Amino acid sequence: MSEETTSSEDDITAIETPVYLTYNFTAGEATTRFLHQVRKGKVMGQRCPGCGNVYAPARGSCAACGLPTSEEVELGNKATVQSFTIVWIPIPNNPIQPPYIVANLVPDGANISFIHLMSECDNDSVHIGQRVEAVWKPEEEWDYAMDNIRYFRPLDEPDVPIEMIGKVPLSGWEGKA
Amino acid sequence: MSDLLRQQFVLGYTYTRSTGPVVGRFLTELRQRKIVGTRGDDGRVFVPPMEFDPVTASALDEFVEVSDRGEVVSWCWISEPRDSHPFDEPFAWALVLLDGADVPMVHAVAAPEAEMHTGMRVQARWSEEPRGYITDIACFEPEVTQGEG
Amino acid sequence: MKDIAIVSFAQSDCRRDAGACNEVELIMPVIEQAMQAVGLNNSQDVDFTCSGSCDYQQGAAFAFVMGVDALGAVPPIKESHVEMDAAWALYESMLKISMGQAESALIYGFGKSSPGELPTVLSQQLDPYYLAPLWVDSVSLAALQARVLLDRGLLSEQDMAAVVARSRANAKANNPHAQLAGDVSVEELLAESPWVAPLRKHDCCPISDGASAMVICTIEKARAWGKPYAVIRGIDHRMESHNIGARDLTRSVSTELAAAQAGVDRGPVEVAELYAPFSHQEIILSQALGLDDSTEINPSGGVLAGNLMMASGLSRIGEVATRIMSGDVRRGVAHATSGPCLQHNLVAVLEAA
Ligand SMILES: [Zn+2]
Repeated sequence: MSEETTSSEDDITAIETPVYLTYNFTAGEATTRFLHQVRKGKVMGQRCPGCGNVYAPARGSCAACGLPTSEEVELGNKATVQSFTIVWIPIPNNPIQPPYIVANLVPDGANISFIHLMSECDNDSVHIGQRVEAVWKPEEEWDYAMDNIRYFRPLDEPDVPIEMIGKVPLSGWEGKA
Repeated sequence: MSDLLRQQFVLGYTYTRSTGPVVGRFLTELRQRKIVGTRGDDGRVFVPPMEFDPVTASALDEFVEVSDRGEVVSWCWISEPRDSHPFDEPFAWALVLLDGADVPMVHAVAAPEAEMHTGMRVQARWSEEPRGYITDIACFEPEVTQGEG
Repeated sequence: MKDIAIVSFAQSDCRRDAGACNEVELIMPVIEQAMQAVGLNNSQDVDFTCSGSCDYQQGAAFAFVMGVDALGAVPPIKESHVEMDAAWALYESMLKISMGQAESALIYGFGKSSPGELPTVLSQQLDPYYLAPLWVDSVSLAALQARVLLDRGLLSEQDMAAVVARSRANAKANNPHAQLAGDVSVEELLAESPWVAPLRKHDCCPISDGASAMVICTIEKARAWGKPYAVIRGIDHRMESHNIGARDLTRSVSTELAAAQAGVDRGPVEVAELYAPFSHQEIILSQALGLDDSTEINPSGGVLAGNLMMASGLSRIGEVATRIMSGDVRRGVAHATSGPCLQHNLVAVLEAA
């Protein structure tokens, strides 16, 4: 039995226990369909047969109705800012430097927003209802990933009023409902 | 349906865990190549030490040093070790009851399958540089008695 | 706890790799089936929803939150989740109903184990100081337990193979969702070489992806709905020490206690569905529950025919309930387990109305 029963500074009080687990993640059916289209430079939505809302990217169900979203809907390259934040933390391996904009964007033809980056913009003048368009990577760099769209940049179009955000059709926004 | 997309990835949980006084004491002793347990309310010696008695739930603080030699109470044979296992070669997991302990501990035994049997005597093989981890006991191996030198 | 009715149950096929489905896609079909059986639309039509799953299985943090997308949870519903088998989600739902806070509940469990190496993933549920750093996998711990039983002559390899042969035969006869089914003899099974000796591969449940769902309610509500139902007459769960060395691995003390509390011996047990991931554990559990030849054990084949981690416990209860609702039997016992070497056990007694 060791004699020293009083604790000393050398006593172990914590240990590092790193755990690394390897997984083979699968995208699922709906996300796979979506990513195959993104690979071709198209953003597709999926429509709920119950409430009619269009989701992009869809995970296969309408969260509101609990129904499968099987109908594919083509969406526009333009979108509307639903909300945004200015981020001061760099993104690893991304050339966009802080401060940059992360925004909730609703693509034309969809009803539910997704999150993406904004750039080529004056951060101080970004606002809800602002019209933006996708800036894609060169086609030869396209992969099964949302970052085929580098970011969205502002468009010179009239703002969408708050009550109309999420209701802009694929044909776009001309300043009136 | 289009071709399914898959992506392999590694999920890392890089935690540092506080040991508390009982586990900390055990690991501190391991670093000095000593094994201690705690005595339960019924007199049983738990190795590795338990912080609380599993029957009465009272806090345990009587430490007892035990031998680094003992007996295999049960074992299973890993003919195809997994990537996460401590050995690339076939080995055994075993319940090892150390001399002086009343409750067996789980650890690896490095021995040929033909030598493995319930009741076999084993001794700890210590790692080169104990750091205060359960893996300071690299594994158990068949006991070498003094006569065999 | 007051009597509660099981009014519907649905389960997916057990598949080795349901790669084409994400969580939502696994869950939606069984929820739809369980709800439609009682004429319900979505989770808005029940008072409470509770699920069981474990994010470590597929390595996707908050996968259970994604699962809520399958429910139709707008406007927000009363909802809860256990990071356990959904049998414990059933238990929580029963408490909710017993407290008078709900009259009906939707319960579901899902597991997508295929993306990871399940026995290795499960090693990380163990003691984080003494066991997890060794990466002792779940199959190895079960093998240590089996050896103790074999060494003491409490069972034989023939007994274990007989459990497997019956599982496969029952699955072939009764279970269209099974992953492993067929006619195989004890001799053929024993001719296979050991995998994690003393266990052979067939002694261990397969790894499966899938989901199951159930609707429960008060007896009054079940009568109002006018559908056949099974009554949960007793339920209890008990847990043993995490220290495997400190436990008597030849018995399941926690199952014995839960069985006594649930009232297993208050009547004949015509059928029992036991969550025994390893063949020797079915024998331990049968003894702990006091079952004999008069009970048909695991007519579905049990989890040796397909194991939906986090849904299999709920499915055991559903299997017994289905047999009672169809009128095949009048009284049965269902069991769910969690943790290494049958650490934590739930026992439910089900009866005809
Ligand atoms: Zn909808």
